[in-house]
Amino acid sequence: MVQSVNSALSNMLEKDEDVILFGEDIGYFGGVFRTSDGLQSKFGKHRVFDSPLSEGGIAATAFGMGINGLRPVVEIQFADYIFPAYDQIVNEIAKVRHRSGGEFWCPVTFRTPAGGGIRGGHHHSQSPESQFTHTPGLKVVYCSTPYNSKGLLISAIESNDPVIFFEPKRCYRGPFYGDPHNVPTWKGHSEAEVPDSHYNIPLGQARIAKEGTDCTVIAWGTMVHVAEKAIKDSGINCELIDLQTLIPWDKETIVNSVKKTGRCVIVHEAPKTSGFGSELSASIQERCFYNLESPIERVAGWDTPFPHTTEWDYMPSPARIIDAIKKTQEE
Amino acid sequence: MSSEEEGNITIHVPDAPFRPGDNPVFDKWKWSPDDLKKPPIDCESEETSAHSRGLVRVIDDEGMAYGDWDPNLEYKEILQGLKHMVRLRIFDDRMMKMQRTGKLSFYMQSLGEECIAIAQTMALEEQDWIFPTYRQPGAQFVRGRSMVSMICHCIGNVEDNVKGRQMPVHYTYKKGRFISISSPVGTQFSQAVGVALASKYKQLNEVTITWIGDGASAEGDYHYGLNFASVYKAPVILNVVNNHWAISTHYNMASGSTNFASRGLAYEIPCFRVDGNDFLALYSVTKWARERAKIGLGATHIEILTYRTGAHSSSDDPSRYRPSNEHEFWPGGDPIERLKIHLIKNYDWTDEKHLQLENEIDSEVILAYKEAVKHGDLANGPYPSSDTIFTEVYENVPWHLQEQWDEMNKWKVD
Repeated sequence: MVQSVNSALSNMLEKDEDVILFGEDIGYFGGVFRTSDGLQSKFGKHRVFDSPLSEGGIAATAFGMGINGLRPVVEIQFADYIFPAYDQIVNEIAKVRHRSGGEFWCPVTFRTPAGGGIRGGHHHSQSPESQFTHTPGLKVVYCSTPYNSKGLLISAIESNDPVIFFEPKRCYRGPFYGDPHNVPTWKGHSEAEVPDSHYNIPLGQARIAKEGTDCTVIAWGTMVHVAEKAIKDSGINCELIDLQTLIPWDKETIVNSVKKTGRCVIVHEAPKTSGFGSELSASIQERCFYNLESPIERVAGWDTPFPHTTEWDYMPSPARIIDAIKKTQEE
Repeated sequence: MSSEEEGNITIHVPDAPFRPGDNPVFDKWKWSPDDLKKPPIDCESEETSAHSRGLVRVIDDEGMAYGDWDPNLEYKEILQGLKHMVRLRIFDDRMMKMQRTGKLSFYMQSLGEECIAIAQTMALEEQDWIFPTYRQPGAQFVRGRSMVSMICHCIGNVEDNVKGRQMPVHYTYKKGRFISISSPVGTQFSQAVGVALASKYKQLNEVTITWIGDGASAEGDYHYGLNFASVYKAPVILNVVNNHWAISTHYNMASGSTNFASRGLAYEIPCFRVDGNDFLALYSVTKWARERAKIGLGATHIEILTYRTGAHSSSDDPSRYRPSNEHEFWPGGDPIERLKIHLIKNYDWTDEKHLQLENEIDSEVILAYKEAVKHGDLANGPYPSSDTIFTEVYENVPWHLQEQWDEMNKWKVD
């Protein structure tokens, strides 16, 4: 996925002169996760460059560039560090189109590695997507595989709306099935084949990762793979939906699936209370109440700070997801 | 226990020098227009150290202009500046009165600070970007915005170009390269650096100017702006308007240092403190900064020393926190009065002509107001359609907004 993100950035730098990249360590060094490796030497220092360690300054600068005709793609090195930029994102970037009567807009993409599973402790593990799904004017995207990371990132950069683009850092080098002792690479995975050329996955479209009839499991980011493993081990014929875009989420795919299965489990890493699972759960029951055979289950991170050594008891595990799936099957 | 002893054992909390009931005293200005020379355009920032601690002036206390910074403008250009300033003052006065009658929800005057945006915008080129706070609406007059259009925004009628979405005085005027004003103070300061860098990236001869208040200079955005401008040598003019007051907060609470200008020196940006009620000094320093930005030498940091004569806003009552006559003692005087005296002493401007100008502008404002209210006002409507709640949140309306929009339409009050 490091290469697929890099390939999306490279395609867009090539295609559109207004695209520029900046962020902490992303220029000469190519980023701490190597996602912009080689791009500075390929496209020049004026298009791919390092920034001071100043997320608020990065966001503000991106705002100014965005309203003056550029299409900045900035990296916030870890999603945990996005908060100094919060005011600029929430009050400024998200609202400038509306507040200016459509005279100014800001097509900036914030790429940010998110989520746990790398022994990152409190501040290299969080998944703050719902801090942004609650902000009108932003689109929120969460990729999960090499293939969708590229297609979604290209669509995010091409969008004339600001996008917060979460990359599950646990999956940069391979999928994660909930077992820290068995970590595969992307080699051989069906979503690992990534064309070199430009392609889009439209924002607002979910991906049915696996079809099924007995329960709809909705996940995003790393949890897509953990849920896949849980479904396999549960012996229950579940439909797995990789949400991909959280705002605007794919109502049609979700509603159709839940109407078909009558049961639903939502999985995310972020704390349970006010997590995006709450929004989905409420919306699904509003739309599918008479189709539901059992209560919607949520499997999420605990409402605690993210731990360091004990992270495997924090992140949703296949066992917890299996238990939730089984609960939905009870009459 | 004396306050000195108290200071040693508890938190030191600065207070304003004068509060209601006190007799305000300001030190007499020791600076004259002859004090400071123009530094070379490619100077090192350190060469402006004296400029940051002194005060750049052109018009002295008697109304005479001289010194190295005199821009030697033609009479008609100075007169144009005066006209814009008078226009803004009378416009503000009208709007304030209308606010009291409920035609506007809220208003913010530029009283005592009219000179700043007008002189500085006049010193720029028309392609330059203006990134203001709510205290620089006067730039729009320089850029040719019609008064009717400005009033329509303030009274939130159907012709408001920001569609009733923002409070009054939060103007947007892209045609004049006047960027949308935002309520969170300070955010524009760091954003302006990005605007400037985009111009630079596109290799255009464009400079961006922005302002921040003494109060908001305590926000992180002030430092982000200076730092990014310094690192990337952005073609930007970064102004701190030190008007003494951020609502009730005196500038001595914004920083332990009483000098704002010199803070830029730490970023190796040239710094000037300028008499903010001196049209010619502001014009001249801004021209210098623009020239320096244009040749690729980056930002200039300017402290504009002035005094907020009016209330912070129509919701504010300064008599509760400062002596109501404090502004009368401000050594910088009144910007319009000072330019008027300068013109009378040096050209064929007269009190009679000035009075006539005021009368003409007053009629112009009344006429513009009458024209604007034809399209509605806040007290009586009509307002922009409430559909504007849902439009332009995104480029296209996503499904969840469309659903809520349909729902709103079922319950619409208008």
